[in-house]
Amino acid sequence: MIDRDSPVTEEELHAFIDGELPADRKVAVTAWLAGHPEHAALVAAWRAQAEAIRARFGADGNEPVPARLQLDQVMRQGRSSGGSWATFAAAAVVALIVGGGAGWMARGASAQAPTSFDAFTTDALDAHKLYVVEVRHPVEVAGDERAHMTQWLSKRLGSDLRIPDLQSIGLKLIGGRLLPGPTGAAAFYMYEGPSGERFTIYCSKAGVPESAFRFKEGERFAAFYWVDDKIAYAVSGPADRERLEAVTKSVYEQVDKTGARKL
Amino acid sequence: MGTFGQNVEATIPALRRYARALTRDSDIADDLVQDTLVRALRSEHLFHGGDVRSWLYTILTNLNRNRLRSLARRPTLSPLEDNDAPDLAGPEAGGRDIERALATLVEDQRNALLLVVLEGLTYREVAEVQGVPIGTVMSRLARARVQIKIYLDGGRPALRRVK
Repeated sequence: MIDRDSPVTEEELHAFIDGELPADRKVAVTAWLAGHPEHAALVAAWRAQAEAIRARFGADGNEPVPARLQLDQVMRQGRSSGGSWATFAAAAVVALIVGGGAGWMARGASAQAPTSFDAFTTDALDAHKLYVVEVRHPVEVAGDERAHMTQWLSKRLGSDLRIPDLQSIGLKLIGGRLLPGPTGAAAFYMYEGPSGERFTIYCSKAGVPESAFRFKEGERFAAFYWVDDKIAYAVSGPADRERLEAVTKSVYEQVDKTGARKL
Repeated sequence: MGTFGQNVEATIPALRRYARALTRDSDIADDLVQDTLVRALRSEHLFHGGDVRSWLYTILTNLNRNRLRSLARRPTLSPLEDNDAPDLAGPEAGGRDIERALATLVEDQRNALLLVVLEGLTYREVAEVQGVPIGTVMSRLARARVQIKIYLDGGRPALRRVK
């Protein structure tokens, strides 16, 4: 669209109308456009597009915010129409119970009716307890077969899984295995830190689309739990909240599919 | 409510505007904004500085993408569109034309254009929101503008203009 020998590029014309040009180039482009009426017409057309968009939608930003989008409402109820928040609230009661010396049982919510979250957390913690102490056979598939493992576990869970890379925080992927979960197959990955400490991720399809983060600490172990995009996750490790939070953040950033990843 | 909450709150009107332009449906738009807010509040403890506004645009843009993908996976009966040529007159004509023109854009191009011209984000901010290099943002903008111009000039992809 712009002549090859032209001193002004088409990119600059866009930058010109979007206010992205440095002042000296702005002057140059303005002068150049005076001698190039066709391009000046193009720039005028693009400006008119922008004005039409602002004329059509700009006023929508001045409307009073409806009650359901007020922050205190959002905090209190979440999405009332979707029903997911009610499910989440029930699940939140269960939270994540990590027994320390008392054994790995989800007993804390005994007053509540058992839910899928009970089952999930119990399974996740049982798996953690069982396999982190395993020396010779902690996993079925070794960490150097990540691609194969991703494909295999994704297929078995019926969901596109991402196996997080935690090298940047000093954790090496030992490998993973397929386990029975409360609602079908569960994927289980194990990581090891420089001093031999182990972290595991247990994930499986969830009955709700998403939930808040839950944290629970026992004597020896702690875990973060959440549901995102219909997959429930439990990240378990030694009872060091700060460390576990860093691990969880890294895992969350890599598995999240809807945007909070860019933190 | 802390600074984070105040920053989120201050962005809500702009998020609604952006969501409406993206979806062209005020109910769907408010659902998107609500989901964005729920997610943002839930993830507050993971937010370590940076621009809250860009972050919210990122979440909303991605939630909308997920929405469009799940719509695409589900076969639906879509209402018959009014495929007539752009209106030539009337007070509402300009608004309807630009809406239809936006609807013809590829999603990433529409997002980029709206973030720049409606929301006033810089190219750099849009690049962060879309997770692509600035050059990609610029080519998306350029393609969007060409496509809109073709549409407004009366050309339609399936139908050549007869002089």
